[in-house]
Amino acid sequence: MAGAAISRSGIGAPVDRVEGRLKVTGAAKYAAEFNEAALLHGHAYASRITKGRIAAIDPSAALAVPGVLDVLTHENRPDLPLLRRHYQDEVASPGIPFVPLWSDKVLFAGQPVALVVAETAEIARYASSLLEIDYEEEPHETDLKEALHRAAAPWRTRKGYVRPKSRGDAPTAFEAAAVRIDGEYHLMPEHHNPMELFGTTVVRHDDGRLTIYDKTQGALNSRNYISKIFGYGGDEIQVLSPFVGGAFGAALRPQHQLFLAVLAARHLERSVRVVMTRQEMWSLQFRPECYQWVKLGAEPDGRLAAIVNHAVTNSSRLETYTDNIVSWGGMLYRCDNADLEYRIAETDTMTPGDMRAPGAATGVNLFEIAMDELAYAAGVDPLELRLRNYAEKDEMHGIDYTSKALRECYAAGAERFGWARRVFEPRSMREGRELIGWGMATGIWEAMQSKTACRATLRADGRLEVATGTADIGPGTYTMMVQVAAERTGLPAERIEAKLGDSTLPYAPVQGGSWTAASTGSAVALACETLRTRLYEMARDLPDSPFASTGIDDVRFEDGEVVRNVDPMNKRMRFEAILEAAGCPELKVEETAKPGMISMMRKARNSHSAVFAEVRVDEELGVMRVTRIVSACAAGRIINPKIARSQILGGIVFGLGMALEEESMMDHRLGRFMNHDLAEYHVPVNADLFDVDIIFVEEQDEEVNPLGVKGVGELGVPGTAAAIANAVFHATGKRIRDLPITIDKLL
Amino acid sequence: MEAGISRPLPGIEDRHAVPIRLTINGVERQLDVAPWTSLLDLLRERLDLTGTKKGCDHGQCGACTVLIDGRRINACLKLAVTLDGADIVTIEGLAQGDGLHPLQQAFIRHDAFQCGYCTPGQICSAAGLMAEGRARTRDEIRELMSGNICRCGCYPNITDAIEDVLKDRVSEPAMPV
Repeated sequence: MAGAAISRSGIGAPVDRVEGRLKVTGAAKYAAEFNEAALLHGHAYASRITKGRIAAIDPSAALAVPGVLDVLTHENRPDLPLLRRHYQDEVASPGIPFVPLWSDKVLFAGQPVALVVAETAEIARYASSLLEIDYEEEPHETDLKEALHRAAAPWRTRKGYVRPKSRGDAPTAFEAAAVRIDGEYHLMPEHHNPMELFGTTVVRHDDGRLTIYDKTQGALNSRNYISKIFGYGGDEIQVLSPFVGGAFGAALRPQHQLFLAVLAARHLERSVRVVMTRQEMWSLQFRPECYQWVKLGAEPDGRLAAIVNHAVTNSSRLETYTDNIVSWGGMLYRCDNADLEYRIAETDTMTPGDMRAPGAATGVNLFEIAMDELAYAAGVDPLELRLRNYAEKDEMHGIDYTSKALRECYAAGAERFGWARRVFEPRSMREGRELIGWGMATGIWEAMQSKTACRATLRADGRLEVATGTADIGPGTYTMMVQVAAERTGLPAERIEAKLGDSTLPYAPVQGGSWTAASTGSAVALACETLRTRLYEMARDLPDSPFASTGIDDVRFEDGEVVRNVDPMNKRMRFEAILEAAGCPELKVEETAKPGMISMMRKARNSHSAVFAEVRVDEELGVMRVTRIVSACAAGRIINPKIARSQILGGIVFGLGMALEEESMMDHRLGRFMNHDLAEYHVPVNADLFDVDIIFVEEQDEEVNPLGVKGVGELGVPGTAAAIANAVFHATGKRIRDLPITIDKLL
Repeated sequence: MEAGISRPLPGIEDRHAVPIRLTINGVERQLDVAPWTSLLDLLRERLDLTGTKKGCDHGQCGACTVLIDGRRINACLKLAVTLDGADIVTIEGLAQGDGLHPLQQAFIRHDAFQCGYCTPGQICSAAGLMAEGRARTRDEIRELMSGNICRCGCYPNITDAIEDVLKDRVSEPAMPV
């Protein structure tokens, strides 16, 4: 590399978040916080039935409330395009996307069927309670258990779906195996529940242009969605989302508040804000419920002879949502025979959607409980079992990994946790009235990269801006961009500004799947390298240049200066001096970083982890506490260890919720989620978290992408719930195959 | 912090409005508020003090925590008309000029936030907790901060940050090793 000095703020430095001050002072503004004097407020009214049609709507009482401007319904809404492709966003599942106020049909509980627009949010909400709607109800089917008999392999799949690939003859090998386990595993539906309510503020300008502040994981995705539906040209709308109050996948796809706010703003020719209620967010997408059946057959020493892994999740009648559930165990372990099958069953619900570590959170955690059962059936230590079945390759596809330091994760995690002191027998450790259990599991996620563009602009004052249309929903993207730019240009971080969350910036995909560090990071690096080259050439070509007749390898870039390797004290020039001497007010470059397609197909790219958990269970009351977690992760190069640790920590907290707390419970007679608020849908709180120890093992990977990073947003979830469930078994001797493990299941 | 837009009352609210006097972040204000307006909506929608967050509007998440006469309270559960004469401090009022409050500094140092949405509530809650004088140990901090949900899962870092300020120390942030 052409001599960029590693600065204290570059890649690998544990710097504080660059936007930290804005967030701790309340100055960071989120979508529903851009205020305008003449703003109107919309409140979406949710259907009271789950399936059927609206026979009649009488809005007169709502319209009679002073301060109400309009009630929009399917009967009076403006005309909309007829073809489904107008409504398909960048990450839509195949099918017909749900469009609010489309027709009289009700397709799922909580479907928004009217928008009341008023001068204040309180008036809109109150007036919506006066809407009189007659429904014609039809019978609904929402219970996945009842729908299992009609589950089928998905006939249309989305981008990123990995068709499970079986090998050998697993059913026969299972029957012949010396050690066997066979179980049904289950996960309840979960809802994302980011802390920020979904909201959109549409500011309508006098000439009809719109500035849209949206809660989204992709400003460009929202922009393109609205443009296609309403026929806007390139510069007529701008979507901004500088800060996003969490999303976890819930804001990958445009949500109904965006559509409704734009619809109302156009119709009334006013600025409009629509914010959801917390309850309303249970009518959005969710992590689908899953039944998974696992049969494992092994030699007496625990070496796998057969993996049979079948699973069913639900999808909606609108779209075909698929998850990668059953492939993980088939990839992770050496075994000649694997029978992997994934099916979906349509139910009368909203289409499920990606939620942090989609597929792997469900599939890996349930499978790793089965692996623990196998360890006990074979009488082999659970960690030893995984080592005996360790795979150097992706066993499902039979291809090498770009890197896989999972063995090092097992070793480092076990050492830190003190796993060697564990007594194999369940119920063998206790302190007072608490039983103590130690469990472990393996985690795995994908290391993806997506095409992303970045613009780098060096200004006359020597400050650099790096800009791309990605989002920062909390993983530290602003900071990551600054650090990569600092390393590549040798500029100190204080002189670099990252811009994102703006649909007018260069293309970036939605933020998700842990691909942002690799994708955006690579784009920033590439743009900065080009900028550096252009700057050097500019300096070299100056009259009396200190770099005359040199090549780029003869100089280095440090602290805002180009410095010649020979005679560095005299042969150097500041960036701003170069621009000034060349008469260039600013130097602007744009580059697009793409993954290498051939290499993508030839090798598997995954991050891995080994998770160890300690639980304490009150023997009489069944109260469980997760008193210790050690997670050892192999995720390639770590750009910022402080922030990356927080990402894994957040994933672990999600895993803890999955293990012990989170479940959306539906009353199938009504077809509706009943515990639709944060008092009844339990998420982990501070008192649930004790010691969490996170390790990043060394993993050099020159191949996965130019930066060698694998992403850490999802990796904390897969494995964590299983390690906790396995620790509960070790503490109590009770094997719970149904997550979350609530007290009633334990007693 | 700029004053922002102070929105006038729409017609219907004007007819029912009740005059109150509030001190918000040291500034005394005369306000006419509709009887159904929560303190949270007053702050966010009329006074442009959007640092106080709405996460549930039901007192279940703690994102709207502010200090009323020094006590931490969910602003979504307080009707503004009931607060005549009260002294209110929001996240915008914690810093002294350019100098951040020690809790704000500690939250940055310990990376005690990710998306940042629950953060103002966490910090105001922590300020209230310190004034209560009840938290002495990590376990007490964890228990007494459990009314503030952080979906990004920063809890151990939040506890570290608060413990630092309680003990008047500056400790190193937790690092992966």
